[in-house]
Amino acid sequence: MMTKRNFGLGCALVGAMGLTTSADAAEQITFVSQGGAYQQAQTVAILDPSAKKLGITINQDSIPDAWPAIKTQVGSGKPIWDVVDTPTGNCLRGGEQGLMEKLDFSKIPNGAAMPEAYRSPYSVSYEFYSSVLSYSQKTFPKDAPNSWADFWDVKKFPGRRALRNHPFATLEAALMADGVAPDKLYPLDVDRAFKKLEEIKPHITVWWTSGAQSAQLLNDGEVDMEMAWNGRVSAVAKEGAKVAFTYNQGILQSTSLCILKGAPNLDTAVKFLNEAVDPVHQANLPLNIDYGPGNPKAFETGVINPERAAQLPSEPANASKQALMSYAWWSSPAGEAAEKRWASFMQK
Amino acid sequence: MLALVSPALLVILALIVLPVGWLAWQSIYHDGFTVENYRRVFTEDIYWRSFALTFEISLAVTVIALLLGYPVAYLANSVPKGWSILILSLVVLPFWTSVLVRAYAWLALLQRTGVINQFLRYLDVISEPLALVHNTFGTVVATVHILLPFMVLPLYATMQKIPGDLMQAGASLGASPSLTFFRVFLPLSLPGVLAGCTMVFVLCLGFYITPELLGGGRTVMVSMLVSRNVELYNQFGAASAVAVVLLLSVLAIFFVVSRFISLDRVLGQK
Repeated sequence: MMTKRNFGLGCALVGAMGLTTSADAAEQITFVSQGGAYQQAQTVAILDPSAKKLGITINQDSIPDAWPAIKTQVGSGKPIWDVVDTPTGNCLRGGEQGLMEKLDFSKIPNGAAMPEAYRSPYSVSYEFYSSVLSYSQKTFPKDAPNSWADFWDVKKFPGRRALRNHPFATLEAALMADGVAPDKLYPLDVDRAFKKLEEIKPHITVWWTSGAQSAQLLNDGEVDMEMAWNGRVSAVAKEGAKVAFTYNQGILQSTSLCILKGAPNLDTAVKFLNEAVDPVHQANLPLNIDYGPGNPKAFETGVINPERAAQLPSEPANASKQALMSYAWWSSPAGEAAEKRWASFMQK
Repeated sequence: MLALVSPALLVILALIVLPVGWLAWQSIYHDGFTVENYRRVFTEDIYWRSFALTFEISLAVTVIALLLGYPVAYLANSVPKGWSILILSLVVLPFWTSVLVRAYAWLALLQRTGVINQFLRYLDVISEPLALVHNTFGTVVATVHILLPFMVLPLYATMQKIPGDLMQAGASLGASPSLTFFRVFLPLSLPGVLAGCTMVFVLCLGFYITPELLGGGRTVMVSMLVSRNVELYNQFGAASAVAVVLLLSVLAIFFVVSRFISLDRVLGQK
């Protein structure tokens, strides 16, 4: 009995030692994204090819909202994660609060080559999505709403409406409805935006909180038009629902990659970060999911054919019709104040 | 006895008392002691509105659940054993489905293109779909559905302990069935009423998924403020202050109720 138990223990020890040595030999990082089909698409397009090319192991983790975990991990002084894919605002805010490593772009040539609006001292854009005006083609077989001014025009376009229960993109849409040009939005005139929102508020049936909910509203015909993320609308359309959207006056949003302060594998993390925004890997992402590459150079690689490119939010012609969200403004004191004001707007 | 309950006490200590205590601590301590989180809760009117709405919804849900649950419990109590088991199983059956699934099921029933609106339009009762969901109404309906068992079970347990011969005695003295019910049965079942109402009311105060999915964004209950505050203020303290105020309200309710009835009974033990 005794021998048997010792034997078992010995095996476990040998196993554990084996694990440790192999882990020491190959460099590794822990990468975190938001899970689901989105993380699966990245694994095929970006993560596996990067791991192979760099000869490293990429351990994956996923979490819908990384922010609280980032705060807790860095706060504890011993983060487990290295690289996070999270809404760009988190990277900027984290950078300001000392939760993110400042990036040395001399070691990240792929990032350095990206336009300045696509990176920050703490982050590089990883992928793009857009908050667009979507509508039911049953209700609007022709002459569909095509701008936020149309969305606000309840006489010309009668029907039930939904907006996201969040100030991001919604304040931008309100200002565009009030006549502000997409490239002249920032700094946002918050008072003007809320005033315009008060106008449409009685006509909003649902203020949605999750992407799934926005898709369900459109799919079931619960609303006739709404603001939604382009990938959600195209997924509903693919399943046969008569819905469509326009990139006109869409609000282009992104997630970015950033590295946690004190990341356990900092050097490897920087190498990975550079590789992950490589134009070819980036070009492979939209072949697997309806999101646009974070690196605009991806469109010059020839990997994305013109028809596919035309469907993507960050394709240059589409991007030119949209407003690029300023995460720098949203993480500024004025932006944070606007975010707090949202709660009282909703409950009035 | 102490040795037997100590594992359970340790689990409660480790999984409930310590984390809740830690959260409560965060609400008053963030780089030094602060009352900022509580000042916000007590001065900004969105918190008042949310607390008021939460109590209104909880009250409505409790009253409706009582009106629906009492006859069910009464029926289960007065039919033969086999039937009462069937009735109680039907009451408990929804527990086997997740709250999330049930919220979506209500959506399928109540929304503009949902079963109820389509049926009413088919009958020509209405010309425009009714707004049955994405508002407080839809939230209350779905919450009643979820909490109904917490009303029926304590009611049934209390009714079971009312001796049947008391009603016979009433009848033999010439009282009509309704008089025996109102003068004998109903007063004896009141502890169950209080127990069921307390359970439903308190559970409803903390509801999150149902108002989030069926409230259309306008029905902001306190639990939703808790989660929103984590996002808005990026620190747990702002959220835990709201939670602490809610917790204290619940304890206050339990305290008041316990002056009228022993807590054992509220929890369905005796």
